[in-house]
Amino acid sequence: MAKKLSTSSRKTKSVPAQAAAEPAPEALVWRRKDLLGLDELSPAEITHILDTAETFKEVSTRSIKKVPALRGKVVALMFFEDSTRTRMSFELAASRLSADTLLFTSKGSSVTKGETTLDTARNVAAMGVDIFVIRHGQSGAPHLLASNLQASVVNAGDGSHEHPTQGLLDIFTMRQRLGGIEGLKVALVGDIAHSRVARSNILGLTKLGAQVTVVGPPTLVPAAIASMGCTVCTSLDEVLGEVDVINMLRIQFERFGGGLFPSLREYSRLYGMNGQRLKRCKKDVLIMHPGPINRGVEITSDVADGPNSCILQQVTNGLAIRMAVLYLVSQGNE
Amino acid sequence: MNDILIRNGRVIDPANGLDEVTDVAITAGKIVRVGPCRAAAKQIIDADGQIVAPGLIDLHVHCREPGHEEEETIASAAGAAVAGGFTTVLAMPNTHPPADDERAINYVLQRAGEADLARVLPVGCITKDRAGKELAEMGMMAAAGAVAFSDDGDGVASSLVMQRALQYAGNLGIPLMQHCQDPELMAGVMNSGPVAVRLGLGGIAASGEQIMLRRDLELVARTQGAYHVQHISTSGSANLLRAAKADGLAVSGEVTCHHLLLTDAACAGYDSKYKVSPPLRTASDVEALRRAVADGTIDCLATDHAPHSKEEKELEFGLAPFGIIALDCALGLFIKALVETGLCDWPTLIERMTAGPARVIGRPLGTLATGALADVTIIDPAANWTVDTNTFVSLSRNCPYHGWKLTGRATTTIVGGKVKYRLVDK
Ligand SMILES: [Zn+2]
Ligand SMILES: [Zn+2]
Repeated sequence: MAKKLSTSSRKTKSVPAQAAAEPAPEALVWRRKDLLGLDELSPAEITHILDTAETFKEVSTRSIKKVPALRGKVVALMFFEDSTRTRMSFELAASRLSADTLLFTSKGSSVTKGETTLDTARNVAAMGVDIFVIRHGQSGAPHLLASNLQASVVNAGDGSHEHPTQGLLDIFTMRQRLGGIEGLKVALVGDIAHSRVARSNILGLTKLGAQVTVVGPPTLVPAAIASMGCTVCTSLDEVLGEVDVINMLRIQFERFGGGLFPSLREYSRLYGMNGQRLKRCKKDVLIMHPGPINRGVEITSDVADGPNSCILQQVTNGLAIRMAVLYLVSQGNE
Repeated sequence: MNDILIRNGRVIDPANGLDEVTDVAITAGKIVRVGPCRAAAKQIIDADGQIVAPGLIDLHVHCREPGHEEEETIASAAGAAVAGGFTTVLAMPNTHPPADDERAINYVLQRAGEADLARVLPVGCITKDRAGKELAEMGMMAAAGAVAFSDDGDGVASSLVMQRALQYAGNLGIPLMQHCQDPELMAGVMNSGPVAVRLGLGGIAASGEQIMLRRDLELVARTQGAYHVQHISTSGSANLLRAAKADGLAVSGEVTCHHLLLTDAACAGYDSKYKVSPPLRTASDVEALRRAVADGTIDCLATDHAPHSKEEKELEFGLAPFGIIALDCALGLFIKALVETGLCDWPTLIERMTAGPARVIGRPLGTLATGALADVTIIDPAANWTVDTNTFVSLSRNCPYHGWKLTGRATTTIVGGKVKYRLVDK
């Protein structure tokens, strides 16, 4: 399975120039100490993570769901921004690899408490941490840590930049359900401007040869996003019948005060996924959502819980992806 | 007997249209002769192969004193200035507290006098506390020695306040300097465009700068004010300034070395050393700005020397403060951007760093005319050197040019007839 998919991914057009120098996928040895985003990964590296996750998926089906891959290692979960789901997923992934975990949570910016992100991380690093998993409200915060710390850094979502493990688990789920990525038509719907999930999806999917269309009101979709290799569309109805996957992004209620669109009602009327719209889609269209869902806003319950939805599968796959990522960066830092 | 005789240099004095190999004699703090000179002197400087220019002037420097003396002081900024070949710098008033009254102006002059290095000329705020609401006491500040007014760091958002400021300062004969940026379009941290979108960083659109500049030019046309636009960063702003000059308005503009050398692509690694306001723009903006310097649309070159501590710049890109320091290395950077590209010859470059800025503030500086203050910068145009921030006189290190290889630097800086800096090595 690994071979088939990684071979096909080599043919994509959007492979960055430096990726050409990568070794053949079969010979790929993971060398990265950090996972900061899908931007820096070659198609072969992305496929390698997916294939590694495939092997870890089996662990969750055992009666004793643990492997000793990271025994004796310490994983620090640095959550400068709330995210119960992502945190639990990483925590469980680390524990299934037999790592010890440290948890740091702080609402809002650490600067307001008088200590900088880097200082906080340096202090935690002094306890002998091997891998930092960082969630932060500021784009680039994981890069700051990665360039200043010996330990591996895994980006668990930074500002409006990337959420690479979410992107990987989305791609993993698409590959699982639809057999491959190359040639797929994927629509990402919602607040593209602020969505790190959108960026990681766009980067990963286009590298593997999918065609991505981003859909949303112009105030939430920067025109310059097209430079990342996707198509921009402001009408959901226009793309419905053409796409294989519809990935609905979460509407972030905290941004409503910003006046980025007139009302929630209008938003859900224009950009919400419902049974009516589903009828106009391809029969086996895959409906995705990174969660947590605002039921009735970006997606109605009949669609969220229907046969085209893979929302819970995404959550399950997230675990395998995060195990793979933790395992690989720890190998890459040896 | 002369105090100083500078022999055999290529003397470039754009204010007087001079460019020839000859001597410059200095006595009692004044230029007494430019021409062949056999007379004796207490000190003879052999300038063979070097350029002898009027002292360089930087209209845009942040000295951080009072308020952030750990980042820079008036004395350290004045030291960095002479090390970089500058004999006069303007101190921006966004200190803590802001320089918005005569006491603050006196303070800057007093500290500058004590340092006795480069001339540090105070700029007063346009509005009280830089709040953009009420005019600061410009008349009293002018009397105390303020050479310009600016709320730098922020633009004056209110059209009404700006109109009154132009009328009032115009009456005093003092220029207003504006940091053009519509505050409502200032939500971002770097240039708006594909790089910002990819990095997930908020963008600052070129239009935010141009909207305020356009408005200001409209107000200048209706008032008597002299107007100077600070750190132009977009090709659109250069075009606006060019058109305004063609219309005969009393306007001038400056550009920094950063906006002549760097683009927003430099932000790709989230290195906050490249976070500057206005932000680094695109390659076509850089090209347009260089050409605007060459054709005289942009009158002067400035550093916007903005010191910040290591701790502050070690924050996430979005949280780190805006600003780059450059006094120590700016001359070499301007040479790289303008002379090495063939866009400007030496007299043009020197004009933009001497007579141009002197004209903006209307002070008798930036010339080697007989009787002028003896502010002189001697430049070795062939000196190859590497920027090493460890050797900077500035107290801060937020400089992205560390490690850059440059050609051309100041070897001697003379202020008021006294040698304040001599390059020792080589
Ligand atoms: Zn400014
Ligand atoms: Zn400034």
